[in-house]
Amino acid sequence: MGRAGVHPGAAVGAVSAVVLDTDAFRRWMAAAAAAVEREAGHLTELDAAIGDADHGANLRRGFTAVAAELEKGAADSPGAVLTLAGRQLISTVGGASGPLYGTLLRRTGKALGDAGEVGPGQLAEALGAGVAAVGQLGGAKVGDKTMLDALEPAVAALARAADGPGAYAAAAEAAARGAAETVPMRARKGRASYLGERSEGHQDPGATSAALLLAALAEAAGEADQGEGRRG
Amino acid sequence: MLINVPETVVADALRGIAAAHPELTVDVENRLVVRRDAPVEGRVALVSGGGSGHEPLHSGFVGPGMLAAACPGEVFTSPVPDQMVRAAAAVDSGRGVLFVVKNYTGDVLNFDMAAELAEDEGIQVAKVLVDDDVAVRDSLYTAGRRGTGATLFVEKIAGAAAEEGAPLERVEAIGRQVNASSRSFGVALSSVTTPAKGGPSFDLPAGELELGIGIHGEPGRERRPMMTSGELADLAVDAVLEDLPPGGPVLVLVNGMGATPLLELYGFTAEVHRVLGERGVPVARTLTGNYVTSLDMAGCSVTLCRADEELLRLWDAPVSTPALRWGR
Repeated sequence: MGRAGVHPGAAVGAVSAVVLDTDAFRRWMAAAAAAVEREAGHLTELDAAIGDADHGANLRRGFTAVAAELEKGAADSPGAVLTLAGRQLISTVGGASGPLYGTLLRRTGKALGDAGEVGPGQLAEALGAGVAAVGQLGGAKVGDKTMLDALEPAVAALARAADGPGAYAAAAEAAARGAAETVPMRARKGRASYLGERSEGHQDPGATSAALLLAALAEAAGEADQGEGRRG
Repeated sequence: MLINVPETVVADALRGIAAAHPELTVDVENRLVVRRDAPVEGRVALVSGGGSGHEPLHSGFVGPGMLAAACPGEVFTSPVPDQMVRAAAAVDSGRGVLFVVKNYTGDVLNFDMAAELAEDEGIQVAKVLVDDDVAVRDSLYTAGRRGTGATLFVEKIAGAAAEEGAPLERVEAIGRQVNASSRSFGVALSSVTTPAKGGPSFDLPAGELELGIGIHGEPGRERRPMMTSGELADLAVDAVLEDLPPGGPVLVLVNGMGATPLLELYGFTAEVHRVLGERGVPVARTLTGNYVTSLDMAGCSVTLCRADEELLRLWDAPVSTPALRWGR
């Protein structure tokens, strides 16, 4: 503790990827809570257009609980931070986003095992397991206008850029792009699917909050300013 | 809006239910409404729940002959698994618990997680999914039909079977039969105002109505100019009949969405009976009132359920809850 949480990993070549420790993962969740707080109104507005106008309020309740639980200090590895956060979300959010985000973080955390430090490659692999679990639970796939449309490209971008710096920023950027690409899609899962073609022309609130989560990761990794296309 | 602050509407209402209904056990902190005499020896227990904003569903249906417990979530947001597990543990007599779940992604996911956790605690759990709304057509490309008015029929009829001492498999089978025999169609005359948003959740101009709405302020599938009660009954009953399995007499629920006066609902009930008569469908029982509501939405829904003699007998069986009470 006390040392900088983010530092270059074992040097391979001239510039190397950023490795994250437990403190960095705590900062990730804190940044996610702050982002959800800041963007709650925007998320609710998006949800009012094609859902039921509560996505912002629900995630705010969940991430506030996550931040409070993490402040108690029990989690002592990156995996434990995410597992604890996931359990909190399942217990406090409700709706579809509680089980889906809860499962995403819990499965990602479990896949990280008890590693004390995690690089982009390992995180991409673990996040991939979390995203697969979300797809299985919700029965959705890419193109259905859900959070997966932001998450899957983010995992792919993280894996692609894993060997150098800027991997987390690349993931955040891919997520933001994925969220923006949900605008013309027709929803096939969740409450928006009842609208049929009337769901077209609106950005999916779940994909939007997923992009916030990835932007928070880049922020915690100190790469916040390296991506483009994120909401200002 | 008659509230204190948006954050406490659910807890405030639970305190009110406790005040008005001393015959129920209300746990405000853990968001549970439980039959006072639970667990009832030798009886299967029904547990339901869902987002708040549909009152009296579900808390108003807790009591002998219907639900053993209800788990209210935030407004229009499914409850969390912790609530359902706690409810199941509070009401299980050892003969098992039936979860009655409306088919919405959030409710399904949370109840599924709860079922797994409850089974880990040694509680036998079965589940009936309610999906009666004919307005959702292409189920392959959507989350599937929504659970609406038929929820009342499932909770009343399966609840009566549980009260008689039927085993879990039988109570579950009856619940599934009721759902399979029921269809609904809803219409909005106005949008809905959630406490969190404070404004209408979709924009519906005066003089227009929205057909095929759900109960969460999700817009419907089609908008038409305002029509008369009789014209609307023709349209709604035909939409339901088109999809209702063939069979004998029907139970009829004419359900208000929250802001439509009973005077209008009864007028609409007469029109629904007229249409059913014209289509040669005999009516066995009719219930009119605000039961599965959508906050302050104006509008109504029609639910029909083909009821054989056994379902009718269970429908007529005594029930004693805040919102439904007869027999004894």
